Amino acid sequence: MTFSAADLFLVLPELLVVMAACIVFVLDPVLRASDKDGLVWLSLGTLAVCMGLTASHIQAPATIFSGLVVIDAYGAFWKLLLYFVTGLTILLSHSYLKEEQLYFGEYYGFVLLSLSGMMVMVSSADLLTLYLGTELMSLSLYVMAGLKRSEPRSLEASAKYFVLGAFSSGILLYGISLLYGATGSTRLPEIAAAISGRNLDDPLLLFATILLTVGFGFKLAVVPFHMWTPDVYQGAPTSVTAFMAVASKAASFGAFLRVFMEGLGGLKANWSAMFLLLCLATLILGNVLALVQTNVKRMLAYSSIAHAGYALIGVVATGHMENSSGIASVLLYLTLYAFMTFGAFAIVAMLRKGGIEGVDIEDFTGLAKRHPVAALLMLIFMVSLAGIPPTAGFIGKLYVFMSAVEAGLPWLAAVALIFAVISAYYYLRLVMVMYMREPSDLSSTSPRMVMSPALSIVLACAVAGVVIFGIYPNPLVNFAMHAVSALK
Amino acid sequence: MSGFPWLTLLVVLPLVGAIAVFAVKERSIKVTALAVATADLLISLPLWWLFDASSGEMQFMESARWIPSLSINYRLGLDGISLPLVLMTTVLMPLCILISWHSIEIRMRSFMAMLLIMESAMIGVFTALDFVLFYVFWEAMLIPMYLLIGIWGGPNRLYAAIKFLLYTLAGSVLLLVAILVLYFQGGHTFDIVQLSQGTYSNSLQFWLFLAFFAAFAVKVPMFPFHTWLPDAHVEAPTAGSVILASVLLKMGTYGFLRFSLPMLPDASQAFTPVMVALSIIAIIYGAYMALAQSDLKKLIAYSSVSHMGFVTLGLFMFNIQGIEGAVMQMVNHGITTGGLFLCVGMIYERTHSRQIADNTGLTKPMPRYATFLVIFSLSSLGLPGTNSFVGEFMVLAGAFLWSKIATALALLGIILAAAYLLWMVQRVAFGVPHPHMLPKLRDVNLREMITVVPLVVLIFVIGIFPNPILTRMHPSVEKVIARVFPPAAEHASAMRQADPFSPTVERITSPTGPAFGQGAQVSPEGQPQ
Repeated sequence: MTFSAADLFLVLPELLVVMAACIVFVLDPVLRASDKDGLVWLSLGTLAVCMGLTASHIQAPATIFSGLVVIDAYGAFWKLLLYFVTGLTILLSHSYLKEEQLYFGEYYGFVLLSLSGMMVMVSSADLLTLYLGTELMSLSLYVMAGLKRSEPRSLEASAKYFVLGAFSSGILLYGISLLYGATGSTRLPEIAAAISGRNLDDPLLLFATILLTVGFGFKLAVVPFHMWTPDVYQGAPTSVTAFMAVASKAASFGAFLRVFMEGLGGLKANWSAMFLLLCLATLILGNVLALVQTNVKRMLAYSSIAHAGYALIGVVATGHMENSSGIASVLLYLTLYAFMTFGAFAIVAMLRKGGIEGVDIEDFTGLAKRHPVAALLMLIFMVSLAGIPPTAGFIGKLYVFMSAVEAGLPWLAAVALIFAVISAYYYLRLVMVMYMREPSDLSSTSPRMVMSPALSIVLACAVAGVVIFGIYPNPLVNFAMHAVSALK
Repeated sequence: MSGFPWLTLLVVLPLVGAIAVFAVKERSIKVTALAVATADLLISLPLWWLFDASSGEMQFMESARWIPSLSINYRLGLDGISLPLVLMTTVLMPLCILISWHSIEIRMRSFMAMLLIMESAMIGVFTALDFVLFYVFWEAMLIPMYLLIGIWGGPNRLYAAIKFLLYTLAGSVLLLVAILVLYFQGGHTFDIVQLSQGTYSNSLQFWLFLAFFAAFAVKVPMFPFHTWLPDAHVEAPTAGSVILASVLLKMGTYGFLRFSLPMLPDASQAFTPVMVALSIIAIIYGAYMALAQSDLKKLIAYSSVSHMGFVTLGLFMFNIQGIEGAVMQMVNHGITTGGLFLCVGMIYERTHSRQIADNTGLTKPMPRYATFLVIFSLSSLGLPGTNSFVGEFMVLAGAFLWSKIATALALLGIILAAAYLLWMVQRVAFGVPHPHMLPKLRDVNLREMITVVPLVVLIFVIGIFPNPILTRMHPSVEKVIARVFPPAAEHASAMRQADPFSPTVERITSPTGPAFGQGAQVSPEGQPQ
C-alpha cells in the first residue's frame, strides 16, 4: 500500500480530530479544574477547522490510500452533519456534566475519538476500513455510556451496549468475510464489479447480505435489532444519549447506504425486500411501544427507532427505482431528524429535579408556566417529530414519502403516515402535560430548568434548524441531492 | 406574477402580528391583536371590488419558487369560490378577538398569537394554489387549534383537544399520499390549476376520491366522522368555537369543491349516491340530535352537522343551483353559526353556564341580547329575508333536479331546524328567569354590540341582495361543473351570457331544466371521460 502527502492532506480533518482527542487526553490530568474549559474550546476549535476543510472537499471526489478511503461529497455531507452534532454535544455536555458532577476532561476526548470513527465510517470505500471506523466509534460510546459510574443504570447501559455491540460487530465481520469469499475483495467498487455478472440467488451472496443487514441493523437500531436501544438511551447520561441517537445513527446510515448502494447495488431487489420487512416492523413496533412509555428518555428512544423506520422507507424506495432520490430523501430525513431529536434531548438534559434529572413525563407538568420558552421549544420539537407542518419533520417525511410514491409504494407511505398519527399522540402527550396541566406545587422539589449560555446556543441551533428547514429546506435538499450523486 | 401581493400580505400580516403580541406590553396585547386582525380585514375588503366577476380564472395570482428541487412552489390565487370564504374569515377574526376581550383570563399573549396564526393558516388554505402549500396550511392550523381547545377550553378540554387533533390528523394523512400520487400521475406538478385539468384513470380516481374523502369528510364533518365536533365545539373557548364552526368546517367542503370535483369528476359522479345519502343522514341526524340537547353549544354543534349536510348535498348535485347554493350556505353558516356561538359565549360570560335550563327568560333583563339571539336563530332556520334562506333554497332547488325524494328528506332537516331553534329561543328568550341569575344578567355592552352587529348586517344584506356574491362565484362554479359535465355547463354558460344579471330566483326557475335534466339522467350511469 502506498500513499502520498496529498492523501494525508485529504484526511486532514480525521487526523486533526484524532490529534485533538490525544491532546485532550494528555492535558486533562495536568490541567487545573478551573482551566478545563480550555478543552472545550480546543474541541470546538478543531471542529470549526475541520468544517472548513471538509466543506472545501465537496466538489472533488478522490479515492486515496489505494482505494481504502474515498473523499467525496457524500462523505462530506455526513461529516458536516457530524461536526455540527458533535459541536452541539460538546456544548450541551459542558453544562450537563457539571450539573451531574461528572466533570471528566477525557469525556471530550472520547467524543472526538468517536467522531473520528464516524468520519472513517462514512468515507470508507473498503469494508475493513468501515469496520475499523465502526469499532472506534462504538468503543468510545461504550465508555461514554457508562460515565455515571455511581449509577447502576448507567453501568447496565454500558455493559448491555458493549455486549450487543460486540455481538453485532461480530456478525458484521462475518458478513464481510462471506462477501470476501463470494467476491474476492473487500473494496466496494470491486465487490460491485464482481456481483454484476453473478446469479443474484447465489446463497453465499444472499447470506452475506443478510449478515451485513443484521450487523447494520444493530447499529441503526431497527426492529428486531433494537433491544438494546431503550435501556442504553435511558441509562446513559443524556448528553451521550443525544449524541448516540443522532450522530451514531447518522454515521451508521451513512456507512450502510454507501455499502449497500456502491457495493451491493446489484442486489437491490434482494435487499429492498428485506428492508421492507424491517421498515414495517420498525415503524409499527417503534411507534406502538413509544405510546406506553412514561419515561421521556425511553419514549424518545422508541421514537428514534421509529424514525429509523421512516428513513428506511427511502432505502426501500431506492430498491424499486432507477434514480437515487430515495437515498437523497434518507440524507435529508436524518439531517432534519438530527435537529429535532437533539433539541428534545437537550431540553430533557436541562430539566432537573432535586439534583437528578427529571425524566418522567410527569416532571414536565406545567412547564409552560414555569419556563415558557423551554416549553415552547419542546412544543416545536415534538410537533416536528410528529411531522406536522410547517416544521422540518414534515419536510423530511414529505420527501421520504414522495420517493416511496415514486417507487410505486403509495401503500407504504399510507401505512407510515397512519403510524405518524399514532406518534402524534405520544409526542403531543408531552405538550399536553406541559401546557394543559397545572403544576401540582411550586415547592423546591418541583423540577427546574438549568440554563447557561452554552445551552442557549444548543437550543437556538436546534430550533433554528427545525424552523428554518421547515420553511425553506431548498438548500439542504439540493445539497443532499448533490451528495447522493457522488455515490456510484 | 405582477401586481400588488394582496394575498401574501393577507397571509403574512397575522403571522407578523402573532410575533408582535409577544413583543408588546401586557396591556396592549389585545389592542395589537385587534389592530392586526382589523388591518387584515381592511386589506381584504378591496379584493371584493378589484375582483373581476366575469372571469372564472384564478386572480391576484402570486407565484414564487419555494422548493424547486421537489417542484414545490409558493402559489396563491383567488377565484369566485375562495373570495367569499376569505372575506368571511377576515370579517370573523376581529370579532373573535373582541369576544375574547374579558373571557380569556390566562395567557392572553399566547391566546391572541394562536388566533392570529389560525387566521394566517385559514386564509392560506383558501388561497393556496400549490397542493403542498395547501397541505402545509391545512395542517399548520391543527396545533394552534389543539392548544386553543386544550389550554383555554372547558372542563373536559384535554379529551376534546386530543380527539380533535387525532381525528383530523388521521383524516388528512391519506390526503398527503393522494397529493403525492397525483403529483406523479399528473405530470410532476403540485399546481392545483394544472392538476384540475388533467385526466386520470377511473381506478386511480376511485382511490384518490376515497383519500380526499377521508380528509375532507372528517373536517366537514360528514355523518359517521362527526363525533369529534360536539366535543371540540363544547370545550373550546368561544373564539375557538366560532373559528371551528365558521371557518374550519368550510375547509372540508372547500376541499371537495376545489379538489374532489374538478380533479376526480368521474369518481365524484360515481360516489354521488353515497355522498347524498351521507348528507341527508347528517341533515336529519344532526337536527334530531340538536333537539335533544340541553347544552346550548352542543345544540349549535349538532345544528352545524345538519347545516353542513346541506352544503355537501348541494356540492354533489353538479348543477349551478346546487353548488352556488352550497357555497352560499358555507358563507351563511359561517356568519349565522358564528353569531350563535358569540351569543352563547356572551351568556356564558355572565352566568357561567351553557345549560338552556340555567339561561331562561332573557328578554326582560337583556332585551338587546334576546333580539340578537332571535335574529341569529331565525337566520339559522332559514327564514326568508335572511341569508340562510337563499343558500338552503338554492341547494334544495338543485337537489330537486336530481331527486325529488332526496329533496323531500332534506326538507325534514329544515322543519326540524325550526323545531329545535324555536324551542331553544322559546326557553332562552321567553321563559321565566331564575331569580338568582338575575343580578348577573347585564345586557349587551358596546364591545359586544360591535362584535355581533356586523354579522346581523351581513345576514340581512346577503338575505336580501345575494346577487353580488352569486355573480362573483358564478364563472368559477361553472368551471367546476364544466369539469364534471362538459356539455351541460356549456349550456349553462350560454344561459348566463344571455342574462348575466338575472335575479337568483329567476335563474333557478328559468327553463334550464333540459340542461340539468340531462345531467340528472347521465349521472347514475357514470359518464365516461
